[in-house]
Amino acid sequence: MSEELVNIEVNGIPLKARKGAMLIEITDAAGISIPRFCYHKKLSIAANCRMCLVEVERAPKPLPACATPVMEGMKVYTESPKALAAQKGTMEFLLINHPLDCPICDQGGECELQDVALGYGGDVSRFTERKRVVKDKNIGPLIATDMTRCIHCTRCVRFGDEIAGLRELGATGRGENMEIGTYVAHSVASELSGNVIDLCPVGALTAKPSRYQGRSWEYVQHAAVAPHDSIGSNIFIHTLRGKVMRVVPRENESINETWLSDRDRFSYEGIHSDDRLSKPLVDGVEVDWEIALDATVKGLKDVIVRQGADAVGFLVSPTATMEELYLAQKLAHGLGVTNIDHRLRQADFSDQATAPVFPWLGQELEELEKIKAALLIGSNVRMEQPLAGHRLRKAALAGGRVMFINPRDFEFRFPVVAKVVADPVGMVAALAGVAQAVAELKGESVPADLAGLTAGVKVSDTERTIAANLVNNAPATVLLGNLAVSHPAFAQMRALAGFVARCSGARLGYLPEAANSVGGWLAGALPHRLPGGKPAPAAGLDARAMLDSPRKAYVLIGVEPELDCWDGAAALKAMQAAEFVVSLSSYASVAGYVKVTLPVATFAETSGTYVNAEGRWQSFQGASKPLGEARPTWKVLRVLGNLCGVQGFDYISSEDVLAEVQGVGGSIQPDNSLGIGQPGWQLFQADGLLRVADVPIYAMDPLVRRARSLQSSPLAQPAEVRLHPDVAQELGVVGRDRVQVRQNGVAVDLPLVLDDSVPRGCAWIPAGLPASVVLGPAVGPVIIQ
Amino acid sequence: MSVRKSDLLSAHARAEIDQWVSRYPADKKQSAVLAALREVQHENGGYLTTELMDAVADYLDMSPIAVYEVASFYSMFELKPVGRHSIAVCTNVSCMLRGSDTVLAYIERKLGIKLGDSTPDGKFYLKKEEECLAACCGAPMMQVNHIYYEHLTAEKVDQVLDSLE
Repeated sequence: MSEELVNIEVNGIPLKARKGAMLIEITDAAGISIPRFCYHKKLSIAANCRMCLVEVERAPKPLPACATPVMEGMKVYTESPKALAAQKGTMEFLLINHPLDCPICDQGGECELQDVALGYGGDVSRFTERKRVVKDKNIGPLIATDMTRCIHCTRCVRFGDEIAGLRELGATGRGENMEIGTYVAHSVASELSGNVIDLCPVGALTAKPSRYQGRSWEYVQHAAVAPHDSIGSNIFIHTLRGKVMRVVPRENESINETWLSDRDRFSYEGIHSDDRLSKPLVDGVEVDWEIALDATVKGLKDVIVRQGADAVGFLVSPTATMEELYLAQKLAHGLGVTNIDHRLRQADFSDQATAPVFPWLGQELEELEKIKAALLIGSNVRMEQPLAGHRLRKAALAGGRVMFINPRDFEFRFPVVAKVVADPVGMVAALAGVAQAVAELKGESVPADLAGLTAGVKVSDTERTIAANLVNNAPATVLLGNLAVSHPAFAQMRALAGFVARCSGARLGYLPEAANSVGGWLAGALPHRLPGGKPAPAAGLDARAMLDSPRKAYVLIGVEPELDCWDGAAALKAMQAAEFVVSLSSYASVAGYVKVTLPVATFAETSGTYVNAEGRWQSFQGASKPLGEARPTWKVLRVLGNLCGVQGFDYISSEDVLAEVQGVGGSIQPDNSLGIGQPGWQLFQADGLLRVADVPIYAMDPLVRRARSLQSSPLAQPAEVRLHPDVAQELGVVGRDRVQVRQNGVAVDLPLVLDDSVPRGCAWIPAGLPASVVLGPAVGPVIIQ
Repeated sequence: MSVRKSDLLSAHARAEIDQWVSRYPADKKQSAVLAALREVQHENGGYLTTELMDAVADYLDMSPIAVYEVASFYSMFELKPVGRHSIAVCTNVSCMLRGSDTVLAYIERKLGIKLGDSTPDGKFYLKKEEECLAACCGAPMMQVNHIYYEHLTAEKVDQVLDSLE
């Protein structure tokens, strides 16, 4: 894009500026500092704080730099007597009602008002009248308020409107009585709400969990990478005397911009959870590392000698680092074990041989916001990968056509052009309809390997609209989300999505679930492939098969199988029936099946590398020492490798491991090869009421499940049954508070909620929650009475 | 059928709001918010409730907080129950110089209430903080139920207030 430039002069320095840009953007880029409160580069311009007043030649009065467009020949003075007098005057007015309570304010030391007041404020206040006092609001467990300190910059209000897409905060009242708040007391319910803490230039909105825990100048700042979704948001971990105190975003325009999801921001509380382990356990008794390691080696070798290596299964968390995943597979292979997997929530592995070396986003994150058409299949992107949802929201607001095929009518904060809301059977049928429509539009025929799926499909108007939008808009993308991966006919959906993308000219992409889902593929934590995607000589059992046909011994790495696997009930059963289970975990298991628990470090206590959805490798160092005797997982695996007599475990540092895994996987170019269908395929079918489960935003991994504040926030979902009112009517359960849910012969009582966003034929019962673990798979028949 | 918050609005209010909405571009429905609140307040005996504001928000596709902002900004909207007849005495500079303080004190004494309160029988509401009503040439003045009364004296106030039902 060619840009017209104009010449301006700031404080005598000639500058080139993009025509139409605001003055403050140009001075910021040139490193000329102008004080400001309401201006923020990611928000709309309000020009209401008046702090950025500067002198412009031939203008009768000082002008706000944030709302003054540059013009050819403009001469600006940011530090002239006139500009300084204006800034000083504004500062005095802002301080009239602001309490001088910096010593007891949590923002003290990192406060924009404090900093600017130092430079532009007076020494003595001339204001002797009473200051106004504003009652604090309770807006939930994440954000603390001290509204008397508010200077009405409205950044938080604009954030809700423009970024979160949900205007919950507003300015009520007028003049002296104006207040920022929600008017009606309620907790702010946004997956990005914590960002207002960073935006607030004063101490009005501060982080509740870390409030009064330490002073900003005492904290030691460590660059790190967020450990939950596959965005790989850049973060700073702040520690005080070696303890993790809080997490804040680290700006990276191409990944998380200046934002951070609440999950990434507040999950650190899980590090200090009550059930955190500081010593190894054997049979629930604290022991020394030596004893625990010996017991582990003996337990594993014992099973292998008696039952063969095939009797052992390795389940590795997709939030493990590259180094950990790589060493886990190296240890497994060294022991002769081929049963290793990190795809814990996947249901259908039938096409894994033709899967890409690593399923990735299909584009860069930044490209998502320029998308003209996007079809998301099985994705509640707002909760699954909040900042990918934010990018898509930007695309949608700019006119991009965002469309969904989902098992529930999720709420999105942007216009959705077309959507199919259907049960799991209907989802595949709808995708087949879109495939057929795309083929018709392009004058192609559906390839023979997919013909079984599209044969006899009647294309609905919605499916035709989706197809037309994908064909007629570029760039377009087709994305598979978490609920597609956990679908029992994932292979069919992948093959259909691949055809839709190829035929319509869209990019095929995946929204990987966890921080290192992509890394798991590259590092070879797979039963059918070695590191770098090379086929394994003999394929082992995948994550689901390892539980369906139980093994005698399991090695769990950062996994709580009943909560983290596709079929929690099967996982629990398999673990209970096993002879030997060793768990490398930060937490004590309550389930009782673990023989040996080896306490390991959390994300903040280890060095490591994550590969995000874009295939971007990001390494980080540990921010604090692991609690007690806990050790980084990679070190525990190294010792286990040595004790088991496996060759090649003589690493000195995690960098050595990284170098090795980079050697095999670092140069692989991402390529989402298309799924290949099977000529004999019939559309996925299922009878009766189907359970459909998502994993609630704050239940996705062991760390976030222990983050206290997040668990009490409005987005934390309880275990419950959601039914369409018509279905509830048919089942005769309308008016009941609780219903009995039977799946796979097990029954539990759960609260009932009537919800017309759930399609008919489905019962929505979230997974990853203790109350629903005894139920079966994420998608499967269920009886409700 | 799910219950919508806007179900609370009467047919008459809807018709009135629709008529205002039709005056603005189709994507600027929220321009009708002032008229909508005025109508809803009128039907509700002179004040707004949170439920009614939520109903207006739902009807005009606005976020509720945006409606609360408008309703709390303008002094012609009341957010708690008030007396039937609204008395607003201007106390801005022109009226003050012409003796509005005496007028206000007289009304307070006459009705036995303080500024900002309603009479216990629910008949009168003495409105707080009325800004200049642009009738300085007739100062001191007051507005009673949208009608201006100028050049006020104790007798004139008696006459006006006693004539109300």
